[in-house]
Amino acid sequence: MNQVLLDVQSVLRNRLFGNETKCRPDIEKFQQDLKDLITRSVEYGESNSLLVIGSKGSGKTTLLRTTVDLLQKKLSKTLIIVRLNGYMQTDDRIALAEITRQLHLENTLGDKVFGSFSETLQFLLEALRGGSSHSSQPILFILEEFDLFTQHKNQTLLYNLFDLAMAGLTPLVVVGLTCRLDVIELMEKRVKSRFSHRQLYICNQWTAENYLQAFSDMLLLDAGFCKTTKHKSFLERWNSNVVELSNNASVQDILKRQFSISKEMPSLQCLLVQPICKLNVNHQFITAADIADSARNVFSDPKANILHGVSVLELCLIIAMNHLTNIYAGESFNFHMVYNEFLKFTQKKLHILQKHNKPVVLKAFEHLMELELIKPKETTLSLASKLLKEYQPTILLLEEQQLKEAVYRYPGCPTELQQWLESSTV
Amino acid sequence: MAKNSLPARNRQIEQLTNLFGEKHHHTVESLYIYGHTGSGKSCVLNHVLVGNDLFHVVVNCIECYTTNLLFSTILEALSFEEGRIRCDNMNDFVRCLRKIVEEKEVEETLYIVFENCERLRDKDPILLPALLNLKELTGLNLCAILVSELPWEKFYNGTAVRDPFVMFFPDYSKDELVEVLCHLRPQATDLEFYKQYVGLVLSMFFFAFRDLRELRHLVEINFSFYEQPIVDGKLTKDDKLKLWKNIEPHLTSSLQKLLMREACDGRQSNEPELTESVKAYDLSKGSNAKSQNLVELPFYSKFLLISSYIASYNPSSTDRRFFLKHAGRMRKTARSMKKDDHKNCHLRGPHSFPLDRMMAIFYSIVDEVVPPSAGLFSQISSLVSLHLLAQLGQDQLDMPKYKCTVSLDFITAISKTVNFDVIRYLYDFV
Repeated sequence: MNQVLLDVQSVLRNRLFGNETKCRPDIEKFQQDLKDLITRSVEYGESNSLLVIGSKGSGKTTLLRTTVDLLQKKLSKTLIIVRLNGYMQTDDRIALAEITRQLHLENTLGDKVFGSFSETLQFLLEALRGGSSHSSQPILFILEEFDLFTQHKNQTLLYNLFDLAMAGLTPLVVVGLTCRLDVIELMEKRVKSRFSHRQLYICNQWTAENYLQAFSDMLLLDAGFCKTTKHKSFLERWNSNVVELSNNASVQDILKRQFSISKEMPSLQCLLVQPICKLNVNHQFITAADIADSARNVFSDPKANILHGVSVLELCLIIAMNHLTNIYAGESFNFHMVYNEFLKFTQKKLHILQKHNKPVVLKAFEHLMELELIKPKETTLSLASKLLKEYQPTILLLEEQQLKEAVYRYPGCPTELQQWLESSTV
Repeated sequence: MAKNSLPARNRQIEQLTNLFGEKHHHTVESLYIYGHTGSGKSCVLNHVLVGNDLFHVVVNCIECYTTNLLFSTILEALSFEEGRIRCDNMNDFVRCLRKIVEEKEVEETLYIVFENCERLRDKDPILLPALLNLKELTGLNLCAILVSELPWEKFYNGTAVRDPFVMFFPDYSKDELVEVLCHLRPQATDLEFYKQYVGLVLSMFFFAFRDLRELRHLVEINFSFYEQPIVDGKLTKDDKLKLWKNIEPHLTSSLQKLLMREACDGRQSNEPELTESVKAYDLSKGSNAKSQNLVELPFYSKFLLISSYIASYNPSSTDRRFFLKHAGRMRKTARSMKKDDHKNCHLRGPHSFPLDRMMAIFYSIVDEVVPPSAGLFSQISSLVSLHLLAQLGQDQLDMPKYKCTVSLDFITAISKTVNFDVIRYLYDFV
């Protein structure tokens, strides 16, 4: 039984976290465009450039990967692929070194690339210009996080790549993937004019029903899972459980709520992480309670969580700051003003709060600053303001509503504090 | 792995173990753990990773303050070869990481833990998104775990990043704190007795703060005083009221100097000479006396400081009243009545004053006739270098401007030493 569950976990984990995700059905139509482009380059020696634009998690990388995999099998000539990523190649120099490395050109030995930036660039350009559209091998450049390449100095790499693509010598396809919709604006004029302005927009046009369908598709196990009879019987029970779960009203509510925040796949996946990881011999099927638990985790307000753990002294200070912000209509306050308010309050209610001297209250204030619940108004500090940190203007980063809920939920909160918060005058 | 080795954190340990799964299982690409300081994040992570013998590296982002250090630390911890590995950029880091893991031929998930990761926000803005995507960039089976005190919303910086799986470590409740503190007690003590003691301490301190480290420190210090009568044989374990009476003054004085950690070290040793000096140390005035003893100023410097304080905290229109002889009474106009209600110069902080004003006040408060000399003005410069005065503005030759940066307690202590009543000259206290 344990083995069955381990296999279930493996399959589901691969779906969620692994690399074998399949392309979403509604973006398969873009595959045809991509295939045409690359095939034309390989067969007829055309050069092209293309941008794939879509928000994070919409499936651009998967699309490209599946298309390339499909084509590798069918093409007559081998396609050389150079993969670049904006996160890794933060500079044109590094990018150039990486290109020469991936192309296994003559100035690389194993892993090292020799020569300076200008030498390497010259060498690469000569190598690529030296080819002709019929005899040389086609090269596919994949640039992920394309918008980061536009931040490089002078956009040298992009300029050269697009220039080569327009020159029509070695067959070249440059495909850029990015999540910024305004990426065209980021390109310089000379780079933009060399770009072919071919763009693929991957937008997600799902409705709530599609989203619910994706939820059950993610969880249903298919026939490939049946290795033994135990697996087979478990498979039937599992699938019927998934169907039941999809029809459960509370689960549908949670999914609709998540859908209204974000339509993409990652939002669905983060709901499913906890229930899937919880599966073991004692807990063999996902229940609605699991999904509710996971949803509670995902939808929880992090500031409220932090406020739950501050000490009573710090909570008093926050309430004092809230009053000051209300009285002075959003102007900043400083530590002495807060301390003054705090003293006014404790003088009235001496019996519940012990007397705290100033250094202790200052330390509580600084702890709140570390937690970033308050922050100094000016970010650049002159020497004078550093010496006078007690007089530095600060602002409170909490809304009154958040504070009220936090005080309400605070364990063992003295009622005087709650009354103080509610009252409009001190 | 014994679950009861970490009290009150069972649920989190279970969650983490489930998330990690078997050694070869893929897990979330990045995990973000947050919670208050002292809530057990590093401890639990360490417990799970080491206890399950998982392939992992722990990096502290405060120690590795540059990206070079960050990358080198990770690579050196993982590789077989001794000696420093230089790695400047993300590209080399990814390649080296891939090479090292393939050389080691491990099928297991690699966990890289970044502690205090809020420091990563201040560095290169591309660093944090790249680390969150490390699994995809390297193509290896790895998981980046980020640990911090702040909620994830503080890390947004403009461009979209793939959000990590967020896990919150709740703070300990009062009972859980008792459990944890009892777990950390010194070896030879009885559990029930210690539990009572901890309960007493918590009942006093729980209002003020909940940090486990501070509470542990306080509990450990005061325990010897609590035990003292029992060790001496004067009281038994059941005389709870008398034990409480015995410990109460110690606890109250601890409360006064809460979190300051002054004079605590003297208590840890049992030598009688040290405890004498600790007793002689008057704790209520301790901090002021100490800070004042550090700075001994010459006579005129003290008056210069006092006059700068007065100049900072009095509005200039009131100078006439305080420092001119026969200034007459201030007329009570409607405007001045309104102003009187808001005497809060001390709340607003010191304002800047020109040098002339300070010198005018100085000459009027010093009894004898002081000839202006270079020595006098050089004392002002030394006050600035001691950071008791702050110099402001660009114009240093014609009219330099200053601000006084000392507190009221400090200045009253200084003025006492020269027999000058500074309170009488301050507008806020009239």
